Amino acid sequence: MNRRLQISAHTLVSALGRGGAAHYQALKNSQGGLRVCDLDGVELDTWIGRVDGLEDVSIESTLAEFDCRNNRLGQLCLEQDGFIEQVELARSRYGDHRIGVFMGTSTSGVQQTEMAYAARDVDSGALPADFNYRGTHNMFSITDFTRQYLGLNGPAMVVSTACSSSAKVFANAWRYMRAGLCDAAIVGGVDTLCRMTLYGFNALQLVSQQPCRPADQHRDGINIGEAAGYALLEWEQDEPVISLLGYGESSDAYHMSSPHPEGMGAAMAMRQALEMSDLKASEIDYINLHGTATPANDLSEDRALMNVFEGRVPCSSTKGFTGHTLGAAGILEAVFSCIAIEQGLMPASLNTHVVDEAIHSPILLESREQDIRRVMSNSFGFGGSNASLILGYPS
Amino acid sequence: MMRFGIASVGLCAPGIPDWPSGQPLLQGKIQYDPTSPMPVLKPGLLPANERRRTTPHIKLALQVAQEAVDAWQGELEDLSTVFSSSDADLEIVDKILTSLNLPGSPVSPTHFHNSVHNAPAGYWSIATGSHAPSTSLSAYEASFSAGLLEAACQVSLGKHPVLLVAYDMPPPATLSPFCPVDAPFGLALLLAPVGDPAAIVEVGLELLHKDDIRDTMDDAGLEGLRKSAPAARGLPLLAMLASGGTGPLEIPALPGQVLKLELSPC
Repeated sequence: MNRRLQISAHTLVSALGRGGAAHYQALKNSQGGLRVCDLDGVELDTWIGRVDGLEDVSIESTLAEFDCRNNRLGQLCLEQDGFIEQVELARSRYGDHRIGVFMGTSTSGVQQTEMAYAARDVDSGALPADFNYRGTHNMFSITDFTRQYLGLNGPAMVVSTACSSSAKVFANAWRYMRAGLCDAAIVGGVDTLCRMTLYGFNALQLVSQQPCRPADQHRDGINIGEAAGYALLEWEQDEPVISLLGYGESSDAYHMSSPHPEGMGAAMAMRQALEMSDLKASEIDYINLHGTATPANDLSEDRALMNVFEGRVPCSSTKGFTGHTLGAAGILEAVFSCIAIEQGLMPASLNTHVVDEAIHSPILLESREQDIRRVMSNSFGFGGSNASLILGYPS
Repeated sequence: MMRFGIASVGLCAPGIPDWPSGQPLLQGKIQYDPTSPMPVLKPGLLPANERRRTTPHIKLALQVAQEAVDAWQGELEDLSTVFSSSDADLEIVDKILTSLNLPGSPVSPTHFHNSVHNAPAGYWSIATGSHAPSTSLSAYEASFSAGLLEAACQVSLGKHPVLLVAYDMPPPATLSPFCPVDAPFGLALLLAPVGDPAAIVEVGLELLHKDDIRDTMDDAGLEGLRKSAPAARGLPLLAMLASGGTGPLEIPALPGQVLKLELSPC
């Protein structure tokens, strides 16, 4: 049997609020966090999942070179749920060199470069001299910031595979720990609202003008959100806690920005995760869907689900609460999965009124409270990158 | 210590169109001329219609990836891949950000989907029909070592071959004063489990925590190339492979970290 990684601590920030308790309340009461797009410099008729107060977050003064919206959200998130204290305990247990940091993001702090481009010198076209590419925009920035903020010196990287990024980091952490490169790991993801993603998804005609409606018969696209999440992973101790039971990773080999119509790659990722977990499909209690609310994505995922689960496991997308948080969606929804198990709560598919008759999986139109032992969380991204995680207690 | 084999190599840099043409340079038989032009990138694996949509950044990754698997007898559709680069395609990012400042902010949809860090991985999967797991990483200047560590974990734990593709393309002029890439450089290594008949050399790999490192190239031109792109930090490994040498060598990782490799005959 594979050794299991336990989730010793977790935290998150999204449009639903700061920290685990705020998210539990919002999910339980079906109170979403979407709003009409009010981001500076964006004139698009859409809704977004925006985190309040990021403009007022001050980056730790010794780390000023990292100051950007993305790292501010990362810092704000680290400060929730007593996460830093848990990391400090782990650091004293293992040593700073033995804790890895594996973060996912799709666009890092590109908003800082957007602002630099808007402030180019009129004559020379040069960017402002104080623009700091390494600290803000470079893909590694959020991991670099997180390591320095937490005082960790173990192996580290950023995974950037679009919207599966921060689900896949669980797999990287498992492999690095299994190979003996570290004894514990911080995994997570941060992605923030920026003009590039809003206008980019708009150019692909994937953005909805209304609050997004996953699996609904009238769904017509995504709302983009921002979020951060972190988890501390250690090898399973004696007491049973929620663990990473398995993961699956696959590629679609189909199209750069459309999912495989039959969900072939998605089904492979789900089956791999079940196989690694040594679980049968019927032993999964709830599935947190990728469920972006585009017509093609939800249909493709449903085909894959029906193939693997035959419509027997209740499922919902939480994108109607938070929007699609892109590179942060994997960790956000992994933490939602932990909350679901801890609280015995399956969140409703918010904003879904009538399920598309072509979708056959049992979509939860109301939240449900019951004992939950194991959850699958799906994340799929551009380039046909698929990841499925199974979190919970072993059978 | 992790152990694995190296089966084959792909290489592309200014004046070095492929691994065979790089070997005499790395063996010290010919001096490297850093002013050499960049070879034409034409990864034949991609259908022409897909290739037209790609960029030099993507083509560089695919070209070295393809060279590394050209003579391999295995099934490409089952081959796991690790793509590592210090950043996504900054030429595309530059185009998008320039568009955002035009009236109506007209972003090209093709540019947008090519802007993701895993765009080369996506095209590779389409070109090879591979459903195998793939990841796309960055660790800024330590991106080569991060990719090698991840690929080494996969090959030593999974007991199946893994293709590592490390590549960097210099950004457009607007961003170049801020970025750590001055020359295009791509290298690919097909890693195989210990005992795999395809392996030409066996490698032991350890992550050390120390600051001092011996990693410079003897040839001044190659040393300049090594410093000009994070992916080129792998050149000392290629030099040892080219000369058929064995023994220890060091590759820089994150600040305060060094990858120690020990090459031995299969």
